[in-house]
Amino acid sequence: MITYVLIVAATLVVAVIIGRRVVRRRSQRVLAAPAHTPLPAVLVEEATARPDLVAVDDSLSGRLGASRGVFDRVRSSSGRGSLTSEQIELVEEVLLRSDVGVTTTQQILSHLKTHGAPDGLVVALRSQLLALLGAGDRTLNASADADRVAVWLFVGVNGVGKTTTIGKVAASQVSSGRSVVLAAGDTFRAAAADQLTMWAERTGADIVRGAEGSDPGAVIHDAIGRAHARGANLVLADTAGRRHTSTNLLDELSKVRRVADRTPGQVLETILVLDATTGQNAVSQAREFLAAANVTGLALTKLDGTARGGIVVALAQEFGLPVKLVGVGEGVTDLRPFDPVEFVDALLEA
Amino acid sequence: MFDALSDRLERIGQNLRSRGRLSPADLDSALGEVRTALLEADVELSVVRAFIEAVKARLDGVALSQSLSPGQQVIKAVHEQLIEVLGGTSLKVTYATHPPTVILLAGLQGAGKTTTAAKLARWFKQQGRQPYLIAADLQRPAAVEQLRVLGSQIGVDVFSAPTDPVSVARDGLAEATRIGRDVVIIDTAGRLSIDEALMAEVKAVSGATTPHYTFLVIDAMTGQDAVQTARAFHDTLELSGLIVTKLDYDARGGAVLSARGVVGRPVVFASDGEKLENFDLFHPDRMASRILGMGDIMTLIEEAERTMDKDVVADAAGRMMSGQFTLDDFLSQLNQVRKMGSLGGLMKMMPGMTKDIRKAADNIDDRDLNRVEAIIKSMTKAERTNPTIIDGSRRTRIAKGSGTNVAAVNQLLNQFKEMQKMMKQMAGGGALPGPLAKLAPMAARAQASGQLPSGLGGLGGPAPFVSPAKGGSKKKKKGGRVTPPKNR
Repeated sequence: MITYVLIVAATLVVAVIIGRRVVRRRSQRVLAAPAHTPLPAVLVEEATARPDLVAVDDSLSGRLGASRGVFDRVRSSSGRGSLTSEQIELVEEVLLRSDVGVTTTQQILSHLKTHGAPDGLVVALRSQLLALLGAGDRTLNASADADRVAVWLFVGVNGVGKTTTIGKVAASQVSSGRSVVLAAGDTFRAAAADQLTMWAERTGADIVRGAEGSDPGAVIHDAIGRAHARGANLVLADTAGRRHTSTNLLDELSKVRRVADRTPGQVLETILVLDATTGQNAVSQAREFLAAANVTGLALTKLDGTARGGIVVALAQEFGLPVKLVGVGEGVTDLRPFDPVEFVDALLEA
Repeated sequence: MFDALSDRLERIGQNLRSRGRLSPADLDSALGEVRTALLEADVELSVVRAFIEAVKARLDGVALSQSLSPGQQVIKAVHEQLIEVLGGTSLKVTYATHPPTVILLAGLQGAGKTTTAAKLARWFKQQGRQPYLIAADLQRPAAVEQLRVLGSQIGVDVFSAPTDPVSVARDGLAEATRIGRDVVIIDTAGRLSIDEALMAEVKAVSGATTPHYTFLVIDAMTGQDAVQTARAFHDTLELSGLIVTKLDYDARGGAVLSARGVVGRPVVFASDGEKLENFDLFHPDRMASRILGMGDIMTLIEEAERTMDKDVVADAAGRMMSGQFTLDDFLSQLNQVRKMGSLGGLMKMMPGMTKDIRKAADNIDDRDLNRVEAIIKSMTKAERTNPTIIDGSRRTRIAKGSGTNVAAVNQLLNQFKEMQKMMKQMAGGGALPGPLAKLAPMAARAQASGQLPSGLGGLGGPAPFVSPAKGGSKKKKKGGRVTPPKNR
């Protein structure tokens, strides 16, 4: 680390000095700005169809109404065989607007260009998306070795809904007969532990919490100890939201995972919680969390908004990370297993 | 922030810089690259299109400049356009003649509204106002509690009641007026923007309090959805501006451009860290420079001029240039630099820093600097002036004296030697090694854009020790010292 300190210090000093010298020396050389008409205040008037605010029906297809709207134009395009450049452009627009990302979109396009769409554009696009999403294991593993306690660790950046997701997972696990202990490992955010405590009360799960600012590893360790002593099956461990760009915070997370994986604990799932509104930055998040905490799957939250969650395709493609859970609402039961066929069908069904 | 976008545009710039003329085909490919860069930065598609059109229009009407290379001209146009889209000028907050000035915060779940409310209160407090916080987010469990904790950290009272959001807001406002607070900030429940009930709720809160300012809090990591969000809130609430959060992440922040492009309201504040002090007014011009990889030199120089002891700096600079740079000088420089704040923060403002260096700088522990200081202070005067006399036994003594180990002392000495070499090279008219080499083209571009009235503008020109051509070709890194850590 000291290496950088020296370079940095020298760099800064030099830069500042150069700056000052130049300020003194510099003659006023102003470049004439070319005349141009100022932009209107509102840059873009054209709108993609905004979903109406009327309450949607309860099927996933309905819940995904926002996403589906985008694909309306593809569906209505009745292309067969080789594709026109117009159609290619249409598909590109649709994919880009769903946050699938430039790279994956190009990949899909080049596949469509070479293979055409013998059975129509929608079918071709559907099979492409399904292939990219992959098969992957989407179940959540809770069967720990004998005399050990299964631990599911939830990680992610700030504000994606980790704590809420844990609450919902707790609800479903408790109702399916497991005895669950929550570990309030987010000791950084003010009142995060309070939030989780409310979830514990709502769901009837047990909870272990520490003081604000205490060691998250210790809290999770205690929770595992408690679960073991009481014969509980499953520990759901919350962690503080953290920047994936800070090595220190990622190191802390690696440590938390190590501690949680020590007997009697056994980390069986590490779920990266992603916000469906997140754009291309999700790729960077997945890469860093995968390296630091050995992520086993994704939970995609807030999919009931207008966001399309297309980034999931890019993540499956690049890291082989399966989406295991989808959050489609604010209710306790609005967290469900991810079904790629249903997901893609909901987007593309004619 | 915006790193990848600036990297990308930088690459485009290099391609164009190597050519003499800008043919229509060149322009098309350059704009194609700009398009991809913007899309990868999460700028919404229609905003990208409008942006590209505008840049093209800028370039179309203007004859090729004599003083600028074609590449510089493209970058200049992109830069100006960025400034324009990002806000042109900053919105100035004016206070109501009949206090309190009411500010309503709205936004999606997890965008950081509650934290932003506290940061905003802290900011107003620093402006000499008496802010008051109203926690009208009764939706998320513990949101009120979170605001209370944050409020107590900054010494601002928080009002809330377990009734309903509209009554909380109305009662809070009455209470603020009663106790004579002049700025009231209302935190509302996060919403998913298509949820009619919650949108109605925020509208009711807005109706009950008639806020002077309504800010949309938006997460810099948002993807294409940013426009939907911004438009939905704008339709409901008539926004006065945007507050962008989480700029400390490596997200490229295209969401800012998208939202700005759609609602036509400026970005007013920006938040770039978890700590309550990581919050300030948003500077579109500086942000545009950052996007183009020019770094935030203006802020850096302002900060330096304010905090550094000019005599000490000038003195050491003289010796630096003449190649007689001692450990004493280094220590005094280090202490000057430290006065400006954490090195990680400073590095973010430096131009020409790659993403990896920024990341490394982010992880610098200021305690490391204390260690460096301890090591240097454990040396005798003679050793500091002439480090070559430091032999094995002196090393052991210095390590003991500073509470470090011999390896740390060795590391410092080796790096100091490298630094001396660097200084000599500069003094002798050579190119700058490592990241400094990048300063030259950056400054050239900054000059091209005309955005640096008194900054590094002339650096790319006749400055004696750096020429853009040399800087570009001599990027070889010295002994791996500026080689960033492996990507994880």
